Amino acid sequence: MAVQQVPIADGVFTWPADAPQLIGSECPACEVIVFPRAVNCPRCAADAPRDRLLARTGTLWTWTTQGFLPKWPYTGPETEDTFSPYLLGYVELPGEVKVETRIVGATPETLQIGMPMELTIVPHRVDDHGREVVSFAFRPSEARGS
Amino acid sequence: MNVAIVGIGIHPFGRHDGISGLDMGTIATQQALRDAGIEWSDAQFAFGGSLDYTLPGSSESNPDALVSRLGLTGLQFVSVQNGCATAGSALAMAANTIESGAFDLGVAIGFDKHGRGAFAADPGVHGLPSWYGEVGLFVTTQFFAQKINRYMHEHGISVDTLASVAAKAFRNGARNPNAWRRTPLSEAEILSARMLNWPLTQYMLCSPSQGAVAVVLCRADQAHRYTDRPIYLRGAAVRTRRFGSFEVFSPYLPLEQSPSPTVDAARACFEQAAIAPTDLDVAQVQDSESGAEIMHMAECGLCADGEQEALIRDGATEIGGSLPINTDGGLLANGEPVGASGMRQVYEVVLQLRGDAGDRQVPGSPRVGFTQVYGAPGIGACTVLTT
Repeated sequence: MAVQQVPIADGVFTWPADAPQLIGSECPACEVIVFPRAVNCPRCAADAPRDRLLARTGTLWTWTTQGFLPKWPYTGPETEDTFSPYLLGYVELPGEVKVETRIVGATPETLQIGMPMELTIVPHRVDDHGREVVSFAFRPSEARGS
Repeated sequence: MNVAIVGIGIHPFGRHDGISGLDMGTIATQQALRDAGIEWSDAQFAFGGSLDYTLPGSSESNPDALVSRLGLTGLQFVSVQNGCATAGSALAMAANTIESGAFDLGVAIGFDKHGRGAFAADPGVHGLPSWYGEVGLFVTTQFFAQKINRYMHEHGISVDTLASVAAKAFRNGARNPNAWRRTPLSEAEILSARMLNWPLTQYMLCSPSQGAVAVVLCRADQAHRYTDRPIYLRGAAVRTRRFGSFEVFSPYLPLEQSPSPTVDAARACFEQAAIAPTDLDVAQVQDSESGAEIMHMAECGLCADGEQEALIRDGATEIGGSLPINTDGGLLANGEPVGASGMRQVYEVVLQLRGDAGDRQVPGSPRVGFTQVYGAPGIGACTVLTT
């Protein structure tokens, strides 16, 4: 039997979906796009931003490593003994917004600011009901045209 | 601004067993009162800053508890918690209280006693969803690392320069009896230390620590009642993030970019003081990590973006350089007791302008100094001080 998968939270990305997308907000007044969903526009304070499904591809704007096990409220499955550093950064979605994200499928040596990135869904932890909690990440896009 | 600093006190920074933050705040205040030659009962008002008591699991005290230690005189006492700019905010509020004419003589106090390791907080406190913390993106040091990485990419700052800044901090800390980390480290030792958040190694990032500072302030025209060496507070400004500035705890950044709150606070402060960055003889800026010192130099207007690489290589920011920065070792050598950190910078500038900085005294009788703090949740606070 397949392990049941649940998203880290409702309304962060479309799920289940063949091609999941992050769910942001677009302001009806000033049209600025933010992530995640906002109650009101942080730029002009207008009410009732509408959902905006964000692009699945973008470029790496900046990045770093997380070299030590984060304290609570981090809920990843690692312990001090099993922890290995992970990558994170901001990916710029053209014409939309830069989103902060875990990065997979790369190393500090292979990451380059400006490189193309694409959204992926990754396992985060197993919850108390044995379900796999999944979250979003970006990874370097498959090489194109070469 | 017509405000003078006539007394200063400090409890050494570091990790101190068997003494609470409140104890340290009391000691620093008593020292500042002695320095000004006044009694607690002379103080008409006080602002007390501290952060730790607001964190989950803390057993530390609200600053208001200081009045039970120092005397229940009935004065106006206001507790301040304003993120990493808590001390800078307490001082600015105290200065504004005198500037407004409400009172003539008061005290700004900052103390904190933090536990080991990076700060842990509930994302909800910052209006953020819990998943942001659960997936491992809610760590303050990640922000600093990502900001300096982008800055290095745009402005040609090298990893070696990050190490130079940290090495200077520990050299200066070694000359400061109140500093926590007083052992000089070479650039090679700093670069080869454990990588915490690329490109920042263990010795390039400051740690939460413990300590206290107090400052007695009065109307500038009354300063000579208390001291023959008043230091004048010419400007004090606090600003928060605008939409589009690159801030800690940001699940997104908009495409449009705005200057940081440090830029706004520094500009307002220099304008209020009618003093230009080129007039400065000494500066203390927020070096939460060594890249922050580099970026804040430009954000405060002390140099242009990218000039830091040559300035630091040529020794401009050393104690004997053209603009000494973080002469007491900064946050890297003192750690960060949030409630006291911004006032430690002011304490150091007062010492330097009085000519009392001992082994780390800036040569040539410095007359104009500057301080800047920055931190979560996107707050900057600056001061300009003169003899």
